[in-house]
Amino acid sequence: MTVKKFKPILILTAAMIVIQLIVSLIGTEFYLTQLTMALYYSLIIISLCIFIGYAGQISLGHAAFFAIGGYTTAVLTTTNFKEYIGSGLIKLIHGIGLTSTTIDPYGKEILHLSPWLALFTAIVITIIIALIIGIPVLKLKGHYMAMATLGFGLIIYRILLGSKIFGQADGISNVPAFTMPFGLKICGDSSLRLENYYIAGFIVLLGIIILYNLIHSRAGRALRAIHGSEEAAGASGINTAKYKLFIFVLSAVFACISGVFLTHFFGGIGPAEAGVMKSVRYVALVAVGGMANIWGTLGMSLILNFLSLRGVFGSYDDAFFGSILILFILVFPDGILKVENFTRMKEFFKDLFKKKSEKVNKA
Amino acid sequence: MNILEVRDLCKSFGGLRAVDNVSFSVKQNHIKAIIGPNGAGKTTLFNLISGSLKTDSGSILYKKETIQNSPPYKIARKGLSRTFQNIKLFGNMTVLENVMVGRHIRSRAGFLNAIMPLPRARHEEKVTKEKAEAIISMLGIGNLSHLEASGLPFGKQRIVEFARSLAMEPEILLLDEPAAGLNIQETEDIAKTISKIRDQGITILIIEHDMSLIMDISDTVMVLSYGVKIAEGDPKTIQRDKEVIKVYLGDDDA
Ligand SMILES: Nc1ncnc2c1ncn2[C@@H]1O[C@H](COP(=O)(O)OP(=O)(O)OP(=O)(O)O)[C@@H](O)[C@H]1O
Ligand SMILES: [Mg+2]
Repeated sequence: MTVKKFKPILILTAAMIVIQLIVSLIGTEFYLTQLTMALYYSLIIISLCIFIGYAGQISLGHAAFFAIGGYTTAVLTTTNFKEYIGSGLIKLIHGIGLTSTTIDPYGKEILHLSPWLALFTAIVITIIIALIIGIPVLKLKGHYMAMATLGFGLIIYRILLGSKIFGQADGISNVPAFTMPFGLKICGDSSLRLENYYIAGFIVLLGIIILYNLIHSRAGRALRAIHGSEEAAGASGINTAKYKLFIFVLSAVFACISGVFLTHFFGGIGPAEAGVMKSVRYVALVAVGGMANIWGTLGMSLILNFLSLRGVFGSYDDAFFGSILILFILVFPDGILKVENFTRMKEFFKDLFKKKSEKVNKA
Repeated sequence: MNILEVRDLCKSFGGLRAVDNVSFSVKQNHIKAIIGPNGAGKTTLFNLISGSLKTDSGSILYKKETIQNSPPYKIARKGLSRTFQNIKLFGNMTVLENVMVGRHIRSRAGFLNAIMPLPRARHEEKVTKEKAEAIISMLGIGNLSHLEASGLPFGKQRIVEFARSLAMEPEILLLDEPAAGLNIQETEDIAKTISKIRDQGITILIIEHDMSLIMDISDTVMVLSYGVKIAEGDPKTIQRDKEVIKVYLGDDDA
């Protein structure tokens, strides 16, 4: 592993520390709350960047996977299993220590599943649903795929909105903290802001290392080939269906994890998280980020999500993200922060300087 | 030995019989050319053999094994590679990366290694890159290796596609008009390369309109017209075949 390859990751780490220092120094530490949320949201967006930008597929339903993660953990960590303690499965889970007890706001003691088990369950459910949806939908192309994933998102949204167990329009609140090793906790406590910012940063860093490796691997090359020409990819011996399914499931898992952590951080989740406008927002962020540019996508996702969470766009929030999506599809279908554009710019300036120095030399 | 055998192959599009009861075989290490007027069904035949299209009836045997209607990637893995008449390169990828995709079936790193590259996978990537670079420079486009493939002039793109196919180390190579759009020098070079790779043991099935190229390099020629095979033989015989001349000159004067 060369230093060069890890330069972006070092820069990212440094940037996160600098941002934290600035925010703390100017006395706006409460910004860290929105920054933490923006970090968790960017997990879903960088993984969509691979699915859309690199593999050339489209999904208008990824908010559903976020919600599946969030709601699974919310249900499993707020349901009181105390009465079921005698029953086999709960007994077993309790026996091996995968339950936790918390006191709810009314002073009642609740025995629920440990967040780790909830996270694991959420990931398993996500993988199963992503496989069931992905296998037929990934056979479709372009706007047919967009419509099918949109339909999937709508179904999940409606189920969440209509089911008592998911709290209908109110969603689920009082989700306990996600306890981690070393006494760390993912929760919205203002006293734990700093710690939570760095936990989120660490998780995003792990996520981006995984995706960065993927891009630079044989599988990543196969995904980009599928984007370029599915027919030629197949003729080159790439099992296109398998690779598309892999990246679909992987990005769904990223969305799920993003939903799980954000739900614990926020202490709850509502049906709006599964809404179509959320899915549109994620796609819009991939588009402004440069489509096949994971760093641009991460940067844009952090900045715009932060501004949105700070309420900068006011009641035009959804309209703003909808508009950038339209704008980018119309004007910059390949994204504006394309890596190639930077390379071209660099070449341009190199040439410019060369010519200048040549002139100087002549004179 | 016949590496490829096609028997009674049929394919229709609606009412149009694009490939009509075609049978032929390709001997190992031979160069077989397929010629015929526009719309004769040559490309359709390639699409059927490589698995891009499903056959209506008939059979395709590759080393005695039926391959018709297998997915393209499985056929490719058996050792059959093809190029496309309307070049299909991977956009947004460099020449080198395009050719590295050709090494896909000659490398193994899976999804786990994609997420967390182990030393073996990193070594494999290095080898993949070196092999791709070797093929690129063999075809004389080494200086283009870091340029975006889809931005190159047409003739160069054909050579990149050819390189990608060769990178697969195929046993049989299907070339669909490899000289179309190439200038005289490039055509000569490609003819030399085709002969050279045949000498390395690769069997070649080639569709081409450039008659002098066909006459120079091929061992046998097969002629298609309106989906039907109308003649087959060595280049000299085909050149004198009355039926073939009629098809090429038009039969209004008959
Ligand atoms: N996918 C398709 N759907 C419908 N018709 C098709 C399809 N592919 C080819 N055809 C038709 O089948 C016939 C044979 O086409 P094909 O491309 O195989 O000809 P060809 O011999 O390769 O011609 P050329 O020399 O122009 O490349 C043509 O009439 C063409 O219009
Ligand atoms: Mg053709």
